[in-house]
Amino acid sequence: MTAPTPPRTLEDLMTQALAMERDAVDRYTEFADAMEVHNNAEVAALFRTMAGYERKHAEQIMAQMGWTQPPPVPAGGFGWPDFEAPETVPVDEVHYLMRPWHALQLALLAEQRAEAFFAMLAKTATSAVVRRAAEEMQREEAEHVALVRAWIEKVPEPDPSWATDPDPPRYDE
Amino acid sequence: MNDVVIPLAVPGAAAAAACPGAAAARTAADYKSGYKPIWCPGCGDFTVLSSITKALAQLQLPPHEVAVVSGIGCSSRIPAYTTCYGFHGVHGRALAAGTGLKVARPELTVLVAGGDGDGYSIGGNHFMHACRRNVDLTYIVMDNHVYGMTKGQASPTTEPDWDNKLSPGGPGIRSFHPLVIALAAGASFVARAFSGDPNGTAEIIAQAIRHPGFAFVEIMSPCVTFRPEQKEWRQHVRPAPVEPTDDPARAARRIMTDDGFNIGVLYAGMRAPTHPGRRAPTHTPADLEKEFEA
Repeated sequence: MTAPTPPRTLEDLMTQALAMERDAVDRYTEFADAMEVHNNAEVAALFRTMAGYERKHAEQIMAQMGWTQPPPVPAGGFGWPDFEAPETVPVDEVHYLMRPWHALQLALLAEQRAEAFFAMLAKTATSAVVRRAAEEMQREEAEHVALVRAWIEKVPEPDPSWATDPDPPRYDE
Repeated sequence: MNDVVIPLAVPGAAAAAACPGAAAARTAADYKSGYKPIWCPGCGDFTVLSSITKALAQLQLPPHEVAVVSGIGCSSRIPAYTTCYGFHGVHGRALAAGTGLKVARPELTVLVAGGDGDGYSIGGNHFMHACRRNVDLTYIVMDNHVYGMTKGQASPTTEPDWDNKLSPGGPGIRSFHPLVIALAAGASFVARAFSGDPNGTAEIIAQAIRHPGFAFVEIMSPCVTFRPEQKEWRQHVRPAPVEPTDDPARAARRIMTDDGFNIGVLYAGMRAPTHPGRRAPTHTPADLEKEFEA
């Protein structure tokens, strides 16, 4: 966790954007695998779908930049505002009994963080090319925020007892 | 020792076998076996696995030249989730097996992994002497201050006032301080990491692997099932505000006086690692048999 370094070139910016998408793919895939193992098929499928979307975004960046291999991570990392890339859901935010509504809430927060991150990069950009690209990325993330919000409206909010497990791993007195 | 290193028939093994010497760079995915971890969703060990594979990719180590040795516990399942050679051994004895392997096969990169119960309680004596021997190993402990696999008993690193059903009022015993013990016992590399910082942890693990000698990496890895309050660690963890030192006295002072949330390499000493070397056997089994018969 270091102070964010504003990207100086378009390549720097897109390298950062690609790393964000790839980290998000990895995390959503981890979540999907974990939910499958714990027999939560509905949420597993949702996380798998999210991973698919992020993978598509990563492929779009690769194609746009004409890259065949992801560029190397710069020495010292990217200087994300937090420990991980803004679009990555923290590993400890999931629960084995979570419902799709919870998963979408996590996705919404991730997209909002990504939008805010690109807004910050656009604001601090030192060249017009980087600023325009950052604004474009910000717009895309804003679209994703709207899309996830629309999904959430179609998914019922779970009952307050969603985490009740008749055979829990932990017994509280 | 060769007998105990069993190549795992894992889904990714064929791909890994195709890698050695190939021009394409290995990625973290090349070190993942394809088996889905059975840890609880939210467990810190997921990102530790990710950090280990990222570190191996950073160092471009061929999977068949790396062995991951573990003991017993949730985190000790980790060898099966990699494409490296693996040995899931006896409770608390991961360091003994790992040391034997490294001595017998010094060309291998040996990672020993496990949890706080396995490493500091059942295997506490091995921990101390592995530090003292300073054989060129990397020891990764995923510390969640609880025995998770057996459903939440206090471990050596549990806080004395952790009140729970199994230790009402808390265990009431001072917590074990693994970093200071490691330093005092002679480990030549001591670091603390946090599973919520997988990229930083990968960097620390890579440094530990590169370091010649016994490198100890203590990773704060929350147990979201039995210690859900550990999710708060994220709010407290920060990079250590000092550069690593090679002065054990200075390192000990720092470690003893910090609040346990400084992450980074805290000590990197220069004590030469022990290379016992391989010696030809002085007796054959037939000779020994004769001695018993005599």
